[in-house]
Amino acid sequence: MAQHQVNYASTGGLPVALTTADHLINWGRSNSLWPLTYGLACCAIEMMASGASRFDFDRMGVIFRASPRQADVMILAGTLTKKHAEFTRRLYDQMAEPKWVISMGSCANTGGMFNTYATVQGADRIVPVDIYLPGCAPRPESLQYALMLLQKKIRKEPASRKLKPKRLV
Amino acid sequence: MRQYIDKKNTQKKAYYNDRFYKAPQVPKEEVDSDEVFAKDVESLSSKFNLKETYIQRGQLVVYIEAKDIVKVMTFLRDELDYNFLSELSAIDWLAKSGEFEIFYQMLSTSKRKRMRVKYFIKEKQEIQSVMGIYKSADWAEREMYDMFGVKITGHHYMKRILMPDDWHDHPLRKTYPLHGDEEAQWYEIDKIFGKEYRDIIGPEERDSAKIVEKDTHNFARIKHEVPFGAEYSEEPVDTDYQEEDGILIVRKLSKKDVKILKERP
Repeated sequence: MAQHQVNYASTGGLPVALTTADHLINWGRSNSLWPLTYGLACCAIEMMASGASRFDFDRMGVIFRASPRQADVMILAGTLTKKHAEFTRRLYDQMAEPKWVISMGSCANTGGMFNTYATVQGADRIVPVDIYLPGCAPRPESLQYALMLLQKKIRKEPASRKLKPKRLV
Repeated sequence: MRQYIDKKNTQKKAYYNDRFYKAPQVPKEEVDSDEVFAKDVESLSSKFNLKETYIQRGQLVVYIEAKDIVKVMTFLRDELDYNFLSELSAIDWLAKSGEFEIFYQMLSTSKRKRMRVKYFIKEKQEIQSVMGIYKSADWAEREMYDMFGVKITGHHYMKRILMPDDWHDHPLRKTYPLHGDEEAQWYEIDKIFGKEYRDIIGPEERDSAKIVEKDTHNFARIKHEVPFGAEYSEEPVDTDYQEEDGILIVRKLSKKDVKILKERP
């Protein structure tokens, strides 16, 4: 018999953590966010900087993947043109559920300074966006913060497959 | 698709008209002022009908007839040693005279001179490709077709180069609206979801200065980041990265647990 009293419910009692399945699943999901390598314009430079050694996304479990089949997050980094919109939607559809979208920079958010015939006025016309990240271009710290907010958002979501539809698109 | 009708054609009726204003012109010089160009014009005019020649900013400008273009370009390359076609495109004069002005910007690396060959065509007139003479004309001619709708014969792959293949109209014409015609405005919606989704997704927001503070569908404020479409509230929300009681395995680091050292050990 144990000589000392052990409070199993508190952390640091024994190497045992009591939690719910939802928490555990969300913990796993939020700490291994694999974004799709998807640079559309100059924001991609900041995205690459975020992935590289100085800001080092790997330590947060954020590892860029070259295939939508292996990715959970789509970071729309740059100007989305109307010609390309179709392919963006196709890549989004190819990603496995659950999936999230970060719209990075002014161009992806609203069209930005490209208030013209050839630019999609906001990526949310094409795909449902979870985090809108302002800036032109956002610093790597901002992207880091966006991913951390997304992690928090994921942890708040129910883990079940029946996610509420964000929008009709 | 409904046909696009241009109601605000700014080119057809100028909104501002100053009858005393005279647009500044780059001064034109006589061709005789430059030895090399004088020789070039002399040999050109012996073979072709030149409508106008002058020198502008140290560059020779030659107006020719549209039918001569292939022969003129061949002559310029083989006889006059203009070995480089740096740019070709069109200028839209449709509202003024119903014409396009086509220009070819040439460079001679041996003479160190630049010259411009120009001619006018009617709106639907076809022009001959110079791709067989200068390879650099390939994409430039495709772009000219894409942006202005100038038809070119003799090109091996006459397709749009910048806009999608199913794009309607040619965007660099003066009559093309900056925000696009109706087809352009709904292009991505029609293509991805279909026309019946137009009502659901709604028109594009083109006013870049529009801010609706209480709209949580499109806006968020720092320290007030709420979920998509949530109720607007003045109360600041918790924007900390970690939840109050920490997450699984990872304990929350609070300020009171932190020890700040006075100096480096």
